[in-house]
Amino acid sequence: MTDTVGIVIVSHSRDIAKGTADMVLQMVGSEVKVAFCGGNPDGGLGTNVPLIIEAINQVWSPKGVAILVDLGGAETNSEMAVEMLQPERRDRVVVCNAPIVEGAVMAATEAAGGSSLEQVRTVAEELSAA
Amino acid sequence: MSLEPEMLKSLVKAAAEQVIASAAELTALDQAVGDGDHGANMKRGFEAVLGKLETIAAQRPDEALKTIGKTLVMTVGGASGPLYGSFFLAAGDALCNKQLPADLAEVFGSGVNAVSSRGRSKTGEKTMLDVLFPVWETLQSEAIGPDLIARVRTTAQEAAARTAPMQATKGRASYLGARSIGHVDPGARSSCVLLHAVCDTLEART
Repeated sequence: MTDTVGIVIVSHSRDIAKGTADMVLQMVGSEVKVAFCGGNPDGGLGTNVPLIIEAINQVWSPKGVAILVDLGGAETNSEMAVEMLQPERRDRVVVCNAPIVEGAVMAATEAAGGSSLEQVRTVAEELSAA
Repeated sequence: MSLEPEMLKSLVKAAAEQVIASAAELTALDQAVGDGDHGANMKRGFEAVLGKLETIAAQRPDEALKTIGKTLVMTVGGASGPLYGSFFLAAGDALCNKQLPADLAEVFGSGVNAVSSRGRSKTGEKTMLDVLFPVWETLQSEAIGPDLIARVRTTAQEAAARTAPMQATKGRASYLGARSIGHVDPGARSSCVLLHAVCDTLEART
């Protein structure tokens, strides 16, 4: 199996993150590695830097990892998580400016074909261009 | 650096306790313009800081600031974690080759700039930066001394109040558009609470 870009889904709600990952699995298949996380450190709604780091490392691929987020804090916390990765991984992770569900499906579809991280990101972000 | 361990401990303890005591107020403000979790998030983060108080007090001030920053990043669970976390991480980095209190403005400014780039925001957007930037200006314009403490307290108070008539264009509050007008920004308020705790502690010791 060739390497594909990993996908991480970060929502304030673990249920939304899991539901989005389920949709990706059903629509794209299991050849793309997908991790998800949601909830603050107490288990309430929110996002959580340590869990995001764990999710990135879980789907790590030499081709990189694309992160899809929902609301503001998910983006800020994801950016912080990326900065706290090992230096050699930091440059190979992007936070996509795209709607979380559609973005995850599009990114995973593109990743499944073996595309580069930049291609995956571009396809996901085209959803926000209109 | 000249910041005695006892003083450092008092400052951190007071700041954390004041934020924790303000949790209900911060949550009420955030329910008006955000998602209502600012109080709970800040409380969780600063309780974690209090839990490390002995470790922090035993560290060099620059390391102590970085420990506080990292703790907030890892435990707050909202955007305020990376924002406040970045402030303390950058201030700690800056303090490494600086002297306190002489270089206070420069150290504080490094923290403010880090928040600004993390949040991709400046002033006038109804955020914590609307308190942090004016306080930084005050630190630059006034000599170190009792007057400075009083000026910082007033600046922070007035700057937080000035966020009420602003319309938010950053963060969750921006979704409310004009409806965000009329409420003090929760992040501006929590910054004010932290700064006042520091001012109170410094005044009690001088």
